[in-house]
Parts: sequence; structure tokens; C-alpha cells
Amino acid sequence: MAHSSDGLVAHHFEDLEQQTESAVLGMWLFLAQEVMFFGGLFVSYLVYRIKFPDAWATASGALNVWQGGGNTVVLLVSSVTMASSVWCAQTGRQRGLKLGLWLTLILGLTFLVVKYFEYKDKFFHHLIPGANFHWTGPVIGSPTEGQIELFFVLYFIMTGMHALHMIIGAGILIWIMALAYKGYFSPQRYMKVELFGFYWHFVDIVWVFLFPLLYLVQRHG
Amino acid sequence: MSSIAARPDVIPAAPKNYINAKSTLMSWLFTTDHKRIAVLYLISITIFFGMGGLFAMLIRLELITPKGDFLTGDMYNKAFTLHGVIMVFFFLIPSVPATLGNFVLPIMVGAKDLAFPKINLLSWWLYVFGGVMAIGVVINGGIDTGWTFYPPYSTTYAASNVTLAILAAFMAGFSSIFTGLNFIVTVHKMRAPGMTWFRLPLFVWAHYATSIIQVLGTPVIAITLVLVAVERVWGVGIFDPQLGGDPVLFQHLFWFYSHPAVYVMILPGMGVISEVIPCFSRKRIFGYEFIAFSSLAIAIIGFLVWGHHLYVSTQSTYAGLVFSLLSFLVAVPSAIKVFNWTATLYKGQITFEAPMLYAMGFIGLFLVGGLTGLILASMANDIHFHDTYFVVAHFHYVMVGGMVMAYMCGLHFWWPKMTGRMYPAALASIAAILVFVGFNLTFFPQFILGFLGMPRRYHQYVEEFQVLNVMSSAGASILGIGYILQPFYLVWSLVKGPVAGMNPWGAKGLEWQVPSPPPTFNFPDGQPIVVEEAYSYTTEESHSGA
Repeated sequence: MAHSSDGLVAHHFEDLEQQTESAVLGMWLFLAQEVMFFGGLFVSYLVYRIKFPDAWATASGALNVWQGGGNTVVLLVSSVTMASSVWCAQTGRQRGLKLGLWLTLILGLTFLVVKYFEYKDKFFHHLIPGANFHWTGPVIGSPTEGQIELFFVLYFIMTGMHALHMIIGAGILIWIMALAYKGYFSPQRYMKVELFGFYWHFVDIVWVFLFPLLYLVQRHG
Repeated sequence: MSSIAARPDVIPAAPKNYINAKSTLMSWLFTTDHKRIAVLYLISITIFFGMGGLFAMLIRLELITPKGDFLTGDMYNKAFTLHGVIMVFFFLIPSVPATLGNFVLPIMVGAKDLAFPKINLLSWWLYVFGGVMAIGVVINGGIDTGWTFYPPYSTTYAASNVTLAILAAFMAGFSSIFTGLNFIVTVHKMRAPGMTWFRLPLFVWAHYATSIIQVLGTPVIAITLVLVAVERVWGVGIFDPQLGGDPVLFQHLFWFYSHPAVYVMILPGMGVISEVIPCFSRKRIFGYEFIAFSSLAIAIIGFLVWGHHLYVSTQSTYAGLVFSLLSFLVAVPSAIKVFNWTATLYKGQITFEAPMLYAMGFIGLFLVGGLTGLILASMANDIHFHDTYFVVAHFHYVMVGGMVMAYMCGLHFWWPKMTGRMYPAALASIAAILVFVGFNLTFFPQFILGFLGMPRRYHQYVEEFQVLNVMSSAGASILGIGYILQPFYLVWSLVKGPVAGMNPWGAKGLEWQVPSPPPTFNFPDGQPIVVEEAYSYTTEESHSGA
């Protein structure tokens, strides 16, 4: 992650194994930190969903399940392409690596474009929290507008944080692609791809939780 | 800094060390050497300690008289908020880990550096950016929410620099996360051959436990503060009850981090004490395993006690009951440490060098701080003591009497290692005694004030309380003198101090087996191989082990 690129083993490590294990453990800890970061949001979501079930059922209906569901598929497929990129890097398949990274990038950007259209749609329907927020859709139970707005506050913060992670991920992905085109990776040197894979899968998993929590509130049997 | 190397009275053939390895400013600001980063941290946190102390001075000046005549209520609110924000986020949390930990932890485990040197540098830069923002807050008129940023005041009503202060704390938070991450990986993966887990110095165990809290707790406050900022900037309701939000949710999220964070502010200090006590009693530490595991126990149980800050919020009595029990439980591992330190002293060959004076002070003051914590942990008492000076005195006994003493203890212990120079011993001892006396005079009266019902965070009070408040302010002046002395004689020692040698205290541990100051990659003879237990002191051994 943070090592100089001259030689396989950075100066402060004794051997490649120590360096690899350190990098992997470091990444897991970083992801643990990420889990707690998103955890604060999930707890807030949970508390308010229990307090305001009607508002949650009502507001969730305004989200487009097809766009959200389609995006879920897009991300899951991108996890597959990312996993194959890691395998290609480990086994020295340079063409496969580049192809996998390209597909992952394209799928990631596809997700962001769909997300952009979803946000834009919310804007036109006055569903952006703030002074212009106005709920005109059908109502389940008796929620107040403030409670419905609260759902959208959390919707935008949670998906926004997720999208921010996607954007950062796309940036790192482009850097890794540049390295791949320089012929940087080899079966001895693939950790950057593998660690990025960790991150990418994590961001996918966050979405796997976000999708049902936000889009499917009132759609269970 | 680099001028030290060029001084004429250094032995001409002095080998290269981390200080004189390179001399440009850039080689310091963008260094990846953990020792240089520790020095950068040392300088930065000293600046913030001074700033935080200045605000404490304003508070104590105001409270000399019962009337609110020196500061307006508004200015007083800003003074105690800035004192809290700066001291907590920019001094206490990074104090021991980022300076002493950064410097000695990699050497203690026998590594050339931390596992991720560049992330270590990043973490200092994040701290600096956060620190610049905090200074921006001060210049731009301050912040008046209290360091806890409680909504709805912070989100809706406060007209001060809440958002900027939140960003500053956010940055400092990620700096702390990266330090913790680096330490955990280093302890797991970078230990030298023979350095088994149970040969690690207890300082390392303490930092390992601290790091777990930093990595798992800090992100929660980061996102919580983001939510406060979002609510404030866009005027949407997340925590403000008028807009449908729940301010108690904020308190839960805030204390989920901020209570474990008080262990971030004490565990590393306990680690320092565990090093110093055996060294100056010439005895192996008593109950090594218990001290090691009690650090982990504190870190783990510490995550389950946050509700004791919410006894008088709307938290249910039953939740309060559980939190109360768990809070009592967390005192057990702390007590184990105190018992083991005192047992280490028993029949030891005790000498009272400056670090030892601080360590003895620590044990006494931490004991008072810890025991009064039990009084506050019981729900019925807490309703009486909540938001009084009793609470202020309690946490200052732990944070200042504990952590600041431990920080100074460690600084005096490892100063010869870090700089290669000895400071004047007599002056250092005088400073240590001044700090101890001044501290007690400052904060002991506050227990009585709180017991009598004086609330915290008020700039005026009833006349009956004046004597105790004057005592407190007088104590603060003595404390201040004790603190101010230190930079003078420590800087003096850089220039005029006698050369310390490799091991001036005759201490055990890998950091004392490398030159002072250590060379860039720590171990000039290559990776060490560890063959003995930690703290293998023998009572007969003389102190001049160098």
C-alpha cells in the first residue's frame, strides 16, 4: 500500500512474506474502520426506522426499485470482474488483468451514472431535504412530512457516502490500470490489485445492505 | 533541529543518527522515519498544549471572583469549549501514542520502522491540517458548544464556528485511526525473532489495546460529526427534535466513541508507567500477564460503558443499570494495574529520578481519579453529581493527573534516547513536584465544589464558593509554572546537556540497546534477536549500565 516501488521488498521489511502479510492485515483493519464508519449511519437508520415506520414505508416507495436493483446487479458483476482481475494478476495474465480492470471500471461508472439519474429524479420531485422538500406521493399510515424528509436525509447521506467511496475507488482503479499498462504487476508483485479488490468488494457489500434497507422497506411478503 | 548535529562539542566521529542523517526542512516535513515523525508530533502537540493551557488560564482567571467580570458569559463558553476541543483532540489523544509511541514502539518490537511509514506521515499531516483548522476556529471567533458538540444547540442555535471545529476534529480523528492501524500491524507483523507476545514490553500491549479503540471507535464519531455538520449546513433534521430528529441518538453515538476515547487518553499512559516503575525499582514487573490482559480488558469493556454519560438523558433505567454495572466492571482491570505497580515497588531498589517522581504521582492521582469514577458510575450519585465540578475534578484527575503526568514521565524517561542528551535532574524533579502539588491544589477543591453543588460551565457562582475557587486558581498557577519550566530546561539540554549515552537509566528493553539518538533504521547491527523476558532487572545491578 505505502511502499516504495524500487524492488519488491520495502526497506523496513525483512522479506516479501512479512510485507504481504502486513499489507493484508492493514487493509482488513482499514475495512474494519469502514464498517464502523458506515455502522454509525446504519444505527441512525435503524433507530429512526423503528421510531417512524410509517414514514419509512411511505418514503421508500418513491425510490426506483428497478434502478436500485439494476445497480445492485451491476455492482455484483463488477465484483466478479474485480475478482478475476486479482486472479489474472496473481497468475501473470496481463491481458486478462487489463480486461478485468476495464470491465470493473466501466461497471463502476455505470453505477454512478444510474445513481446520478436517480438523484436528478429526486431533485425534480422536491425530494431533496431542505427548504424545497415537499412530499406529494401516496402516504402509508400517518407520517409527518418531517419524518419523511428524515428518510431522505439518511438516503442521501448513506448512498452519498457510498457513492463517494465508489468515486474514490474509480480513481484508484484508474491508477492501478496505469500501472498495469506499464507492466508493473507480476505473480510476485500483485498486492496493489488484491488490496484494491478488498476495498471494491467492501463497497459492493455496503450497497448490498443499502439496497434492501432503502428500496425494499414495504416490499416484503 | 539540524543544528544539533553541527555542534562542535559532539564527538567528531559521531555516527549518523536519525537527527543528523539529513538536514533540510523538507527532509523533516516529508520524512517517513517514525522517529522524525515522533519529533514532528512532539513539537505540534506542545504548541496545542500551550494553546489549550492558555484557555484554561482564562477559565481560572474568570473563576477567581464570583461575579462574571473578567469574561462575558459568551467568551467564557468559548474559553472552556476551546480548552476542551484542543486538549482532547489535539493534545491528549495524540500525546503519548503519536510522540513516545511513534518513537519507541517500533524499536521496542525490534523493527526498522512502523509497518506503513508513509501512512504514518499522512497521519501527521492530517493532524496538521486539523490543527490549522482548529487555529482557524480560534482566530475566527471560537466555538461555544462545549467539546461535546451536543445538538440541538450545535446544529441549530450556536452561531459560532461549529462546522469548522467539526472538520478539525474529523481530521484529527483520521490521523488517530491511521496511527492505531499502523501500531496494530506493526505489533502483529514486525516483531523481531524471539520477541514473542509475552516478551513485549507492556508499553506495547497498552498501545495495542489503545489502537483497537482508535480503529474501531474513531470512525463512529467521524460519521456522527459529519451528520451534525450536514444538519447544520443544510438545515435538515437529524438530531434536532423540532425537525423530527433525536438528540439522544447523538449522545449515544458521540459517547460510543468518546467514552472509549478516554481510554485512548489513559491506556498509553499506563504503558509508560509500566516501563518506568520496574526500571527505577530494579525489579521485574509484578504480574506481567495481568497487566497485559488488563489493557485489553479495558479496551473491550470500555466499549460497553458509554451509557453512563446518559443517566439523566432519556435513557431507560434498565439500560442505565446495565451501564452502571459495566462501568464498575471496567474499574477492575484498572485496579489490577495499580495493585501490580505497587507490588512491583515492594522490596525494590527504588530511586527517585524525575520520571519516577512522575510515575509515583501518576499512581496516586490516577487512583483518586479512578475511585471517584466509581462514585459517578452509580446512578443515584450521578444524578446529584451530573454536570457539577465533581465530574470536572474526576476526569481531570484521570486526564491531567493521569495522562499528562504519564506523558511527562515518558518524555523525561525517553528524552535521553530521543535527543542523546540529559536534562538537569534537579530542575526536572522540581518541575515534577510543582506539577504534582499544583495539580492537587487546582483540582482537589473542585471535588468539594462539585459535592456542594457548583455546576460546571458557568462563569459566575455564589459567594460561598470563592475560597475554594481561589485555591483552585492558585493551584493552576503553580501547575502552570511546573509546565513552563519544562520546555526551557529540555531545550537547554539539547545545547548544553551532558551526552546521555546508550542507556543512562540502566533500563531493559531493545530501545536501550541502540545508540542515543538511534540511527535511521534503528539497529546498526541488523535485526536484533531477543533471548530474554521483558524487565529482566536484578536488584543488585547498579544504575550506571551505560
